[in-house]
Amino acid sequence: MTAEIGQFCMILALIVAATQIIIPQIGASKKDYGLILFGKYAAIIQLFLILAAFLCLMYLYITSDFSVLNVWQNSHSEKPLLYKISGVWGNHEGSLLLWVLILALFGAAVAGFAKNLPPTLVGRVISIQAAIGFGFLILLIFLSNPFARISPTPINGNGLNPLLQDPGLAFHPPFLYLGYVGFSVAFSFAIAALIEGKVDAAWARWVRPWTLAAWCFLTIGISLGSWWAYYELGWGGWWFWDPVENASFMPWLIGTALLHSAIVVEKRDTLKSWTVLLAILAFSFSLLGTFIVRSGILNSVHSFASDPGRGVFILGFLILTIGGSLSLYTWRAPKLKGGGLFAPISREASLVINNLLLMSATATVLLGTLYPLILDAISGEKVSVGPPYYIGTFIPIMTPLVVVMGIAPMISWKRSDLPGVLSRFKACILITIAAGMITLFFTYKGPILAVLGIILSVWLISGSIADFVERIKLFKVSYRDSLMRIINYPRSAIGGTIAHAGVGILIFGITISSAFEIEKIQSVKNGDRVQVGDYIFEFKGTEIFKGPNYDAIRGNFDVYKGKNLIIKMQPENRKFINPEMITTEAAIYPKNLGDLYAVLGEENSNNTFSTRLYYKPMINCLWIGCLLMALGGFVSLSDRKYRIGAPRKKHTVKNKTLGITN
Amino acid sequence: MKKMLKNLKPKRRRLLFLLSGLFILGISLGLALLALNEQVDLFLTPTSLSEKEIETNKRFKLGGLVQKNSIKKLKDGVTTLFIITDNNMSIDAQFKGVLPNLFREGQGVVAEGKLNSKKIFIANKIFAKHDENYLPPEIADAIKKEGQWKGN
Repeated sequence: MTAEIGQFCMILALIVAATQIIIPQIGASKKDYGLILFGKYAAIIQLFLILAAFLCLMYLYITSDFSVLNVWQNSHSEKPLLYKISGVWGNHEGSLLLWVLILALFGAAVAGFAKNLPPTLVGRVISIQAAIGFGFLILLIFLSNPFARISPTPINGNGLNPLLQDPGLAFHPPFLYLGYVGFSVAFSFAIAALIEGKVDAAWARWVRPWTLAAWCFLTIGISLGSWWAYYELGWGGWWFWDPVENASFMPWLIGTALLHSAIVVEKRDTLKSWTVLLAILAFSFSLLGTFIVRSGILNSVHSFASDPGRGVFILGFLILTIGGSLSLYTWRAPKLKGGGLFAPISREASLVINNLLLMSATATVLLGTLYPLILDAISGEKVSVGPPYYIGTFIPIMTPLVVVMGIAPMISWKRSDLPGVLSRFKACILITIAAGMITLFFTYKGPILAVLGIILSVWLISGSIADFVERIKLFKVSYRDSLMRIINYPRSAIGGTIAHAGVGILIFGITISSAFEIEKIQSVKNGDRVQVGDYIFEFKGTEIFKGPNYDAIRGNFDVYKGKNLIIKMQPENRKFINPEMITTEAAIYPKNLGDLYAVLGEENSNNTFSTRLYYKPMINCLWIGCLLMALGGFVSLSDRKYRIGAPRKKHTVKNKTLGITN
Repeated sequence: MKKMLKNLKPKRRRLLFLLSGLFILGISLGLALLALNEQVDLFLTPTSLSEKEIETNKRFKLGGLVQKNSIKKLKDGVTTLFIITDNNMSIDAQFKGVLPNLFREGQGVVAEGKLNSKKIFIANKIFAKHDENYLPPEIADAIKKEGQWKGN
């Protein structure tokens, strides 16, 4: 019965979506506010209907109702509760339902929070949100029904891929989707602005918080996936430039560009059509990402059972959405009037450089991701594009970006002088040069990239600190005044500083952990000792261990530093029964921001095991950096100006003449 | 320089921005293409490898099945010798390291590495598989093409 209710709710949602596309759109063009209000209610009803369908599916998973095909394929009665729940979105149909749910959530949020927006704009935005939802609901109802029944009812389910039974991964898809789908709001705003023919500072002020929120979620989602790969796949890597990872990285890069260009529209009323284009592209790449992952053209842990009908539908939907919006853009964008001018050395110019470099980076990732597919289609030759390509193209693009990033927050709007700005960074320049020299000294004949990485990260971190110190006038006024300045300073500026420092820490972590990693691959038997850097791993044999839905072989390592036992590490090999599969559970022990990392390999003969032991210095800076980036985004999001909504142009101008810029 | 820029008309200035933008994009695309040229790995099967002349120091990916009864361990305990086959041609391979869980005789495998002077494939990476039935699409295609694939 529950399945039928869920199915019914989806169909009702489809009908509501259809009316929600048409009626507020008519309301907006006729300036009939009653029709727009109807659209708002429709958006909220839409949310409740899809939420009901989603909860039905979740209930079916929790109660292990195997008469439903989707539950039977992806769940098992002995699975822990958390993974019964996360199993809901661990498959094609369920993840689509989650996608539509989040889309409806954002649609309803726009409808609910849009008190200060021009009603016609709201009407159009709601209508466009509904149009996207309509497409996905059709896919869901007709081609990927999560509520389809099977008969006769099987006794037990197939279970979820054990690799996915993991807390980090349970929350990876929802966050990723919050990011992907969050860009739909920026997209809808862009399309609505193109139809209305008006983009101004106020428009940017509405778009930016949605983009920021989406960007924060996407940052968390990508980091969770990366973290999962690091501790679960058991080979110590955290980013593989796999096409599926790239598919999530491209919207992130464009979203980052959009965040920054929206600031220019908001403050200076220029770069408008470019920002609209970025908003369209960010969501288009989110759709492309979904398509790449779901269509099965790339085979990986992410691609679920796919059939050609779905692939064709998603491709058609993709062409319609991207093609349609870009045509609308070429038709309407020239009508958007450009605003203020700016000098080559100015905040605007630095943000233009940011955008150009980020888009170049996106272009190279896109090229690397699609090249094998294109080459295969043209010549039938099979190639793979791996990390060397991305490292080779990314470093030259990211280097100037980071250099500009360090000083850009100090460059004033409209026009500025470089020597003046640089003079504020004297200390940072000195620290950076010193850090570079020290690294060069210690890694003499070592990897030159390590020196570059250290220089860039030290530059960015010290630059962010200098920026912050300057803003709060630390040491120039009393501490009390400085504290007051922190409290009164625009949160969007503080958030930016935190996020930039996060990028610096991230680069630091990447550089140190990859340049100074120690890896030992060795065959060990009981009592053998392996030296890994300053640490000694002593192997103490294995034992058999029984988990809730798996059997495991557990290795025991006593880890010493000098003569002190610091930790016992227990890496495992797990053998799952439903579905039958073996996974590696690395043992990880954090030490001074680095990790000791132990993997138990296969048994060779008479109780000797292959093992892989690592010391990864500073690896935790990676996760700290990512967290800081997301945190910076959230701090920025809490800025007062986004809550009060109505833009107060005159006020900003007054602030600027007083010399307070952000 | 600064004065020159100041004297430029707005339209000219915008053109300058556009040109510098194109310049950056051009450089990065150039870099990308250069990197593609050098850093792309060929995906080969033992059969296509035998048809091609591959230099000893060129990195590529080799895919196929691990031949039955071919896995041997060297005395150091961590170097594995095995044979990669596509049921038509086969090639000796060697890998030092911890093998992924699903590396088994008769199963599909993709390895990245180079040929040494004795035409032995020295793998530096063996790719972890996500499930038992997984065969990289490139390899499934290739084996199908050779007419030897018995799977679905």
